[in-house]
Amino acid sequence: MASQEIEALSAALARLPGLGPRSARRAVLWLVKRRETALVQLLDALAAVRETLVECQTCGNVDTQNPCGICADPRRDRRQLCVVEDVADLWALDRARLFAGQYHVLGGRLSALEGVRPEDLSIPALLARVEQGGVDEVVLAMNATLEGQTTAHYLAERLEAFPVRITQLAHGLPVGGELDYLDEGTLAQALRARRPIS
Amino acid sequence: MALDRITLTRFRNHADTRLDDTAQFNLLVGENGAGKTNILEALSLFAPGRGLRRATLVEMAGQDTGGGFAVSARLDRADGNDPVQLGTGATPDAPARRQAQVNGAACPAIRLGEWLAISWLTPAMDRLFADSAGARRRYMDRLALALDPAHARHAARYENALRERNRLLSGDQDPDPQWMDSIEAQMAEAGAALALGRAMLIDRLNGELAQLPDAPFARPVLTYQPGGPRDAAGLGREMRRQRARDRSAQRSLTGPHRDELAVTMLGNGQPAAACSTGEQKAMLIAITLAHAALAAGDRPGMLLLDEVAAHLDPIRRAALFDRLRQGRAQVWLTGTELPPFADIAAEAAVWHIAKGHAERC
Repeated sequence: MASQEIEALSAALARLPGLGPRSARRAVLWLVKRRETALVQLLDALAAVRETLVECQTCGNVDTQNPCGICADPRRDRRQLCVVEDVADLWALDRARLFAGQYHVLGGRLSALEGVRPEDLSIPALLARVEQGGVDEVVLAMNATLEGQTTAHYLAERLEAFPVRITQLAHGLPVGGELDYLDEGTLAQALRARRPIS
Repeated sequence: MALDRITLTRFRNHADTRLDDTAQFNLLVGENGAGKTNILEALSLFAPGRGLRRATLVEMAGQDTGGGFAVSARLDRADGNDPVQLGTGATPDAPARRQAQVNGAACPAIRLGEWLAISWLTPAMDRLFADSAGARRRYMDRLALALDPAHARHAARYENALRERNRLLSGDQDPDPQWMDSIEAQMAEAGAALALGRAMLIDRLNGELAQLPDAPFARPVLTYQPGGPRDAAGLGREMRRQRARDRSAQRSLTGPHRDELAVTMLGNGQPAAACSTGEQKAMLIAITLAHAALAAGDRPGMLLLDEVAAHLDPIRRAALFDRLRQGRAQVWLTGTELPPFADIAAEAAVWHIAKGHAERC
């Protein structure tokens, strides 16, 4: 039986996504054995993030500066704006460094059942950014779930009034995918979204 | 083409049951509660969905075993190809997650359905015609799913969108019109696909039923009655047009969630719900057999008939066995005693089931 302090640390780690009581205990044991090295590093890193963590007032990204590194980066193309549901989606897209424009984080998706209404999302801020001008294209990068697609449809209607191009991520054939293994729904989407080879 | 070397491990009351040397007809005979239907349920897990009791995986695991179970079988193929080893179940550390294997390699459970088509008839379905319209929609969806695996996704997506719309309609404030537009766009698309799947199922079933003789089984005529326009554009327009009505009703009154399956008896045109118990059973058997023929296509078929023989008089029983004999499907029948199966006992593989054990007779 471990002491109260160690149990508390285990319990705190067990709440992290992807971990559980068993993995948490293993991590605690590992840290305890390296109290002068890894444990100190972890402590310092956590404290530093805690000190400096802010939400970007422009896009909603989480960073240690406001505006965030992406919004402040002069090499980013301000004419393209990619709208995502959550910070995790922004990070996933930006990890691959495929998108050279800026982002806007909604902070969720419309869901009547979960009580998430349009006013709970960062939609006015998005409209204000577009209204300010300088944006040519808004990319709606919502998840392909029912709520995600409802949200994309909703945003497209709200953005209709502005002179911007509204685009959406393609749905269909995954890279490296074999037609034979795809379900009919995905195949139908891929067929609908087919395009000429230039 | 049939399942053989079937093993049930920790499945309900079967700790370790093995059925070898199966035949086209397979009889499971035993007292009530012996575990006959449990074997049919285990076999039904080789079809997409939740099996013939619509139970959870946790319920299927045997008592006092720490959760988890396994069902495996060998599918022998008539075309001279190597047999395929099928397996499904759940492990104790993830008792609610369905696992599946084909030839030892893990795969999504839905892939099992590619190997054989399974249809079933259980006493729980006897009330179908007198039951709610919702029960008949679920029945249509289960049958449609066996013909097109994508049907389940359309149904789930429509159901989710419907719940979203109903929540907005029943809220304190008037629904946001643009939000309604967005939800209805999703509903119209999924709803049209759902309606198409049901309509095609009923068309094809009627085609199959029309080829059956009129006697000795009462022949049913199925009519699909859509609960709204069947095309996506029309359904979307109608939902938009009826928003005020739906708002005062606080729920959606148009769409495939209001579909109905009407069944009448051929000849006198009597609604199935008004027919005798025996006639209803006969019509259910006719639909089950027609569906089995449709679902099988070029796959091996399997029919699970729970407590069917006991409800039929000797003439109809003999006719049923004749028809099953002509079909290509492997048939699994249960009963509390052997005499009703006298006509097929000689050619059938017979097991006596007692307290979760199977003994070959």
